[in-house]
Amino acid sequence: MKELLIIAIGSALVNNVVLSQFLGICPFLGVSKKVETAAGMGGAVVFVITLASFVTGIINKFILANEAIMDGKLVYLQTIVFILVIACLVQFVEMFLKKSMPSLYQALGVYLPLITTNCAVLGVAITNVQKSYSILEGVINGVGTSVGFLIAIVILAGIREKMEYNDISESFQGTPIVLITSALMAIAFFGFSGLI
Amino acid sequence: MNGCTERVYNGLIKENPTFVLMLGMCPTLAVTTSAINGLGMGLSTTVVLVLSNMLISMLRKIIPDSVRVPAFIVVVASFVTIVQFLMEGFVPSLYASLGIYIPLIVVNCIILGRAESYASKNPVVLSIFDGIGMGLGFTVGLTAIGIVREIIGSGKIFGTQILPLADEAAGKAGYTPITIFILAPGAFLVLAGLTALQNKVKNNMAKKGKKVPESASCADGCASCTNNACGGKVFPAGNEE
Repeated sequence: MKELLIIAIGSALVNNVVLSQFLGICPFLGVSKKVETAAGMGGAVVFVITLASFVTGIINKFILANEAIMDGKLVYLQTIVFILVIACLVQFVEMFLKKSMPSLYQALGVYLPLITTNCAVLGVAITNVQKSYSILEGVINGVGTSVGFLIAIVILAGIREKMEYNDISESFQGTPIVLITSALMAIAFFGFSGLI
Repeated sequence: MNGCTERVYNGLIKENPTFVLMLGMCPTLAVTTSAINGLGMGLSTTVVLVLSNMLISMLRKIIPDSVRVPAFIVVVASFVTIVQFLMEGFVPSLYASLGIYIPLIVVNCIILGRAESYASKNPVVLSIFDGIGMGLGFTVGLTAIGIVREIIGSGKIFGTQILPLADEAAGKAGYTPITIFILAPGAFLVLAGLTALQNKVKNNMAKKGKKVPESASCADGCASCTNNACGGKVFPAGNEE
């Protein structure tokens, strides 16, 4: 139980996925103009990463690294298999939500297809394998990482909403000031490094 | 200028993926802690880009339009796997320092972007040169950012001490490295400075009434990115407002 807690806090705060590992920068900078949309994107990412780390964990354990199939030599197919599984999973989740939970689909719908190319999803799947996490540990790592993404993107969106009314010098308008904000956030997140 | 050199020029200068298009931001920020890492990442991306452009261009008449994106992903992922194993075997130290970002070349916007917007529509030789140009442009971008971060953060370039370090105990005057530049926030700061500079140039050009080059900036959001790989088509611009 203690190990799981360490994994969760470590991936959510200490090694924050955006601010210290630089995964998922595109949506982080792109979909953070409003808190509401940022929260929607964050929610979709939590949903997909959790599911993806579970599914890729199972595939890795029972097919790729299974001694009974090709003596577990299929591990080299990891990258190819994982990216395809993630792409299919996102499609499947989208179709499933559209059919059975239209209200949730309304809320997450637009963000779902974007997530396939969010490198955080593949990043978590590969990290889980590299650190040889069990399936449960992998899922916890996935939840932690994606919650870290949610925290970061919502905070950035909150700051950007306030920044709308600021007088920013011409060259720094747009992306540069957002990057500087992220730099300050990254410095702030260094504060968590003593936590574990 | 013939077609091939035009493609290389286009990738290096006119549509430089790092400075003009702002694609592939994740590796740009993550691995540029030193010039050598930037160079290594850039070159491995170039290899994947050239090979995948070549194969996709060869297969462009065979791959059905409706399943092209998954097909591209499989091609790219296969080449990434090959590059990954070659690097693990021949340059293990670089492999160790780039770590997880090697397999993540698969989801690099540049590669799928070029496959979708160029290689799938153009003949093989031109596509190869397009890959070389774009890849070298990316390499130059990463190496440049890496040099800036390395020299400010540790006073070195490519691991050689350029600025002599201060030594307070011996009373020697010298450079005190600003360590934050090789840590995570430094990446954001350097890139912020760089984009601000680029904005400045653009604004000046706009004032003089010159035509401003089109930017498909990923940093404005993948939403504004026109290629399908970034999900541009499923996320119409303005949806955020």
